[in-house]
Amino acid sequence: MEHATAVHPPVAHHVEHAPELGFWWKYVFSTDHKVIGIQYAITGLLFLLFGFTLMAIMRWQLAYPGQPVPVIGAWLGAGNASGGVILPEFYNQLGAMHGTIMVFMGVVPLAVGGFGNFVMPLQIGAPDMAFPRINMASYWAYFVGGVVMLASFFVPGGAANSGWTSYVPLAVTATTGQTWWLLGMVFLITSSLLGSLNFIVTIFQLRAPGLTFMRLPIFVWMQLVTAYLLLLAFPPLEAAAILQLMDRVAGTSFFLPSGLVVSGQVVQISGGGNPLLWQHLFWFLAHPEVYVLILPGMGIVAEVLANNIRKPLWGYKPIVYSVVFLGFMSFVVWAHHMFLTGMGTTMSAFFQTTTMIISIPSVIILTSLFLSLWGASIRFTTPMLFALAFLPMFGIGGLTGLPLGLAPTDIHLHDTYYVIGHFHYVVAPGTLFALFAGIYYWFPKATGRYMNDLLGKIHFWGSFVAINIVFFPMFIQGLAGMNRRLYDGGIQYAHAQETAKLHVPMGYATFALWFFQLFFIVNFFWSIKKGRQAPQNAWDATTLEWSAPSPPPHGNFPEPPVVYRDPYEYSVPGHPADFTPQFQSDKKA
Amino acid sequence: MPIVASEHGPQLDFYNALVHLLMFALFIGWGAYFVYALYRFSAKRNPRANYHGTKGKLGKQSEIAVAIVEVLFLVGFAFPAWAVRVNAFPAESEATVVRVIGEQFAWNIHYPGPDGRFGRTDIKLVDASNPLGLDRRDAAAKDDITTINQLNLPIDRPVIVHLSSKDVIHSFGLPYFRVKQDANPGMTIPVWFQPTMLTPEGESWEIACSQLCGLGHYRMRGFVTIQTREQFEAWLKEQAAAQ
Repeated sequence: MEHATAVHPPVAHHVEHAPELGFWWKYVFSTDHKVIGIQYAITGLLFLLFGFTLMAIMRWQLAYPGQPVPVIGAWLGAGNASGGVILPEFYNQLGAMHGTIMVFMGVVPLAVGGFGNFVMPLQIGAPDMAFPRINMASYWAYFVGGVVMLASFFVPGGAANSGWTSYVPLAVTATTGQTWWLLGMVFLITSSLLGSLNFIVTIFQLRAPGLTFMRLPIFVWMQLVTAYLLLLAFPPLEAAAILQLMDRVAGTSFFLPSGLVVSGQVVQISGGGNPLLWQHLFWFLAHPEVYVLILPGMGIVAEVLANNIRKPLWGYKPIVYSVVFLGFMSFVVWAHHMFLTGMGTTMSAFFQTTTMIISIPSVIILTSLFLSLWGASIRFTTPMLFALAFLPMFGIGGLTGLPLGLAPTDIHLHDTYYVIGHFHYVVAPGTLFALFAGIYYWFPKATGRYMNDLLGKIHFWGSFVAINIVFFPMFIQGLAGMNRRLYDGGIQYAHAQETAKLHVPMGYATFALWFFQLFFIVNFFWSIKKGRQAPQNAWDATTLEWSAPSPPPHGNFPEPPVVYRDPYEYSVPGHPADFTPQFQSDKKA
Repeated sequence: MPIVASEHGPQLDFYNALVHLLMFALFIGWGAYFVYALYRFSAKRNPRANYHGTKGKLGKQSEIAVAIVEVLFLVGFAFPAWAVRVNAFPAESEATVVRVIGEQFAWNIHYPGPDGRFGRTDIKLVDASNPLGLDRRDAAAKDDITTINQLNLPIDRPVIVHLSSKDVIHSFGLPYFRVKQDANPGMTIPVWFQPTMLTPEGESWEIACSQLCGLGHYRMRGFVTIQTREQFEAWLKEQAAAQ
């Protein structure tokens, strides 16, 4: 830190502001990418907490089926939980909404809308996004989508209850909440489309002089590929959502075959549709979506890692080529979610092969990050702890994808807890840890203050231990054949008797995990006002965002920055400081 | 892993174990490297980082090794094993043939009876006592046998299940047989396996619905009982009398 103050004394907050705006235009209907980023981040964090709480309620039911939920049971409503005991209908709502909220309203808005918006323009030296008003529209479309989703809990029959995948015909015959879910999705998808367009144009058009593509920070590359995935994969789902909406409200049969008999009654529909069409359209989005969930997180990890190993990342180019290749490949693996829908040999061979191929760039990226540690001088800061934990956690998530990606071994594991364990390792101790790393890392840029280190470390170690006790037993349960999405956790089944007992420690670990997030929440708000003051370049870092004041004013940079070198020039031989920023000209060095 | 009671089960389990072995080896290998690197290259022990980092080829070699092993798994196991599951069906005359139709929240089992032919069904005939809408006036239907949630099968003879659904998507999961297949409405999908173990007296093996199908999904449980040929024939007669 001494270096930082020596090289870049903190800039006092007298930087010129654009014409002073009133409160509403400055903080609510803002077109400033940083304000929008923070709006996205805070809304996303609130949804993450809410979605996690839904799961905590489910975890109680799984650990103690049929026993009233303590503390909050009475508030759940008699139609949802009679006498505090969760009803199966409500359990299914919780499950569907947990998935929807975490994916579409939590992780993506935080990772792309939040970090992408706040950090990316700063990292490329841009004064703002290319289309500030579209950026604002993107946030407000997301906000409306979120409100629609939340409101759906209060319509007759409650929220959507057919899983976050909304498979038909179940979703078409479901209660009104499903209609609201579809409408909410249309808003959320629109929001992502507006955002992705903006990201692509901004990265292409607004890079600072000297910032060539091969000098871009990895985080920007990840956001660029993510934006393409959103732009190209979401429209099919938007179309599919509208088709499903038609099936529900306009009597069409896009997804409904002839001859349906529900509850002993012949369903009066024209028929002739196909339920598998929905699955294809859904997974055509939802597999690229997996990479939308993971790539920004990987980008954050790369930034935090490079900064705290004090040396360049190993294999910058292989990482960049891998992520671009990954982006292309992610469009041709979707049906590996559908091996058990009655797939023949040709189709399954194709999708198994593409699935194995797509694992290679992921392996290259992870290997490069691991090898970057060799010869490092590692600072164990709070953001670094989260970033380091990402590596083995994402590793477990990736490795457990192997037996699921091979169709014959998938037979036994499909739709069991093994699948849940697999993708949660990718997204929870994977992506979410990366996002926490990002918050601790860029908090000083957004506020001018560090977050508290002790609280941060308690948050990390508590979360790390608890989250593994929640997710690791899922592999054991899945191998035993325990199915997912069971209201009573599988205790009816003889084959699940033994492993159902694991639900109890998993439940307590979930509550512990919730508890440890309090350290983060307190730290977050306390540090905004009382945190230790941070210099402009808070971590002795090399990328462009650290050349802007903290917090950066509207327009970001007092002087348009110029880029002179690669993004991670740490410990360059012959330089006295162990970092040489991109914005430092050779003359000064 | 649970009991394995089908002919193909041990093979799938063996490869599953191999895949897990590979995963475990990779995790332990990289994990050991990771822990050592964190210890060796902490700022305390290594105050000045090396700009160039590792020069070793270990990374590239391990990537190539992973790629080769994946190709071996695909070609040596996944493609042929899947082809056997979905293509190499035994002749119907050599097998026990049965229809299984899922509905919220039960499994309807339909045996063709001694004539070996399934009777006609019609959704207009569906009612509480005839969940399949079986047309008993059809000659082929006269000897048909239907049960709910109870699938009996003879040991050591291939089984072909024609799988479908009346309402939403279910999944016909037999954990002890390493069999799982979605039951889609509007489609009939065949699945085959060969039981190799008798269900012990007093035990019930299960059909577990594996696809979320509504509020009763968790209790959509059927039973599968493997009997000797004689026991099975006797059971069929008993059921035929009760139709």
